[in-house]
Amino acid sequence: MRQSRLAFFCFTLLFGLAPRTPAEEVSFAVASNFASTARELIDTYLDGNWRGGNKYHISPRSTAKLTTQIQQGAPFDVLLSADQFHVQTLIDEGLAVKDTSFTYALGILVLYSASEPDLIQGKDTLREGKFQKISLANPAFAPYGKAALEVMQKLKVEEKLRPKFVLGSNLLQAFSYIETGNAELGFVALAQVLDAPPGSYWVIPQDLYRPIRQDAVLLKRAEKNAEARRFLDFLRSPQAQAIIKKAGYRLEAP
Amino acid sequence: MESLDLASLWSPISLTLQLAVTTTLLLLVLSTPLAWWLARSPCRWKEAVAAVVALPLVLPPTVLGFYLLIALGPSGPGGWVASWFGGRTLAFSFPGLVIGSVLYSLPFVVQPIRNAFAAIGDGPFDAAATLGASPWDRFWTIAVPLARPGFLTGAVLGFAHTVGEFGVVLMIGGSIPGETRVLSVAIYEEVELMNWQNAHLLSAGLLVFSFLVILSMLWLQPRKETA
Repeated sequence: MRQSRLAFFCFTLLFGLAPRTPAEEVSFAVASNFASTARELIDTYLDGNWRGGNKYHISPRSTAKLTTQIQQGAPFDVLLSADQFHVQTLIDEGLAVKDTSFTYALGILVLYSASEPDLIQGKDTLREGKFQKISLANPAFAPYGKAALEVMQKLKVEEKLRPKFVLGSNLLQAFSYIETGNAELGFVALAQVLDAPPGSYWVIPQDLYRPIRQDAVLLKRAEKNAEARRFLDFLRSPQAQAIIKKAGYRLEAP
Repeated sequence: MESLDLASLWSPISLTLQLAVTTTLLLLVLSTPLAWWLARSPCRWKEAVAAVVALPLVLPPTVLGFYLLIALGPSGPGGWVASWFGGRTLAFSFPGLVIGSVLYSLPFVVQPIRNAFAAIGDGPFDAAATLGASPWDRFWTIAVPLARPGFLTGAVLGFAHTVGEFGVVLMIGGSIPGETRVLSVAIYEEVELMNWQNAHLLSAGLLVFSFLVILSMLWLQPRKETA
């Protein structure tokens, strides 16, 4: 009896001195268009909240692929999606924690040309269609591709332009087609263009496409991961929002 | 649940077969003189050439795809060729895919043919030369018939490898239906869409097809124990 009490005392002494939160790992599944911003956010978060031993990983991929991987049991704690649909799917399937989802950023769609500075003249560029190839992410599954298609439908140029479509399997690929000059222009995210060498771009008015809501959610596996929850709180802070805005996104009106 | 649209499933299959046939024929034409030179030349630098040919075995398709995207584009030779036809780039086109596939599958065709040529040895050629056969005659009446198993293996491998190609066509294709949306890209997109039914159907088809191709090659290959 006495011995066990002594053991308990030693145990308390030892672990009472250690940091109160044990080291936790947070593994982020991040939509590839947001990966570099996520990295910046995590760095900023750690500046103010460093707890020794905590580890952070970022896995950037298309939202659809991340969702499939999560459905197959991939060990992610937080999903920063490029849309709402996949987050909702995961919640419906019980793979994400219901009340933790929120819109962390609104994507801004731009029409961009890397090679021809005079090509982009607002709507007229699309109406006149004086180009051979226009690049966009595949509208069948990529959120920014869907938005691009909506813009063209709204401007009634979709049928005319469809033969000129080249589809990237994701936003990054659509961007690479423009960057290499294989497509004269295309629809990408403002966030990508801000990092790119100068070309010309047109920020597409929001009334031409439904807002691209990029949602974040805590995944089921991390339900008890306090560190992951703290990061999600940070993501809503003014400090984080300033970074997101600067990177080329809008914020949801409060 | 999405409906099963057979017509839309057939388009990538037929496109893939066209691509594989075109690529294989071109590969046989290109590989034969190259393999002959690699097998018979005394040149010291031929292994350097062989190494370049073998690069696609080692390089990730993304590297090849990335370079091709630049080479086929307006600032590369591909853009120059495309401009003859009023185009801007060879990417996103069937000819562009053929170029990519030829480069990507080249080692699979060159290697077996080279080995087959090398296995013939000098003997038969020396004998034929003594009998007055010209080099051209010797090539067609001795080298080609004796290297037939090498040609068969090369053709089957080149064909199968082109059918199974993914990374390169994804990067230079742009997923244009009937032009560059080949089978592997179609499967990838069905998975992205979570259309499991279509993905299963196409994947299982490809699996059976690949098995049959490999099996037929193993059957066709003459082997020591049966010879």
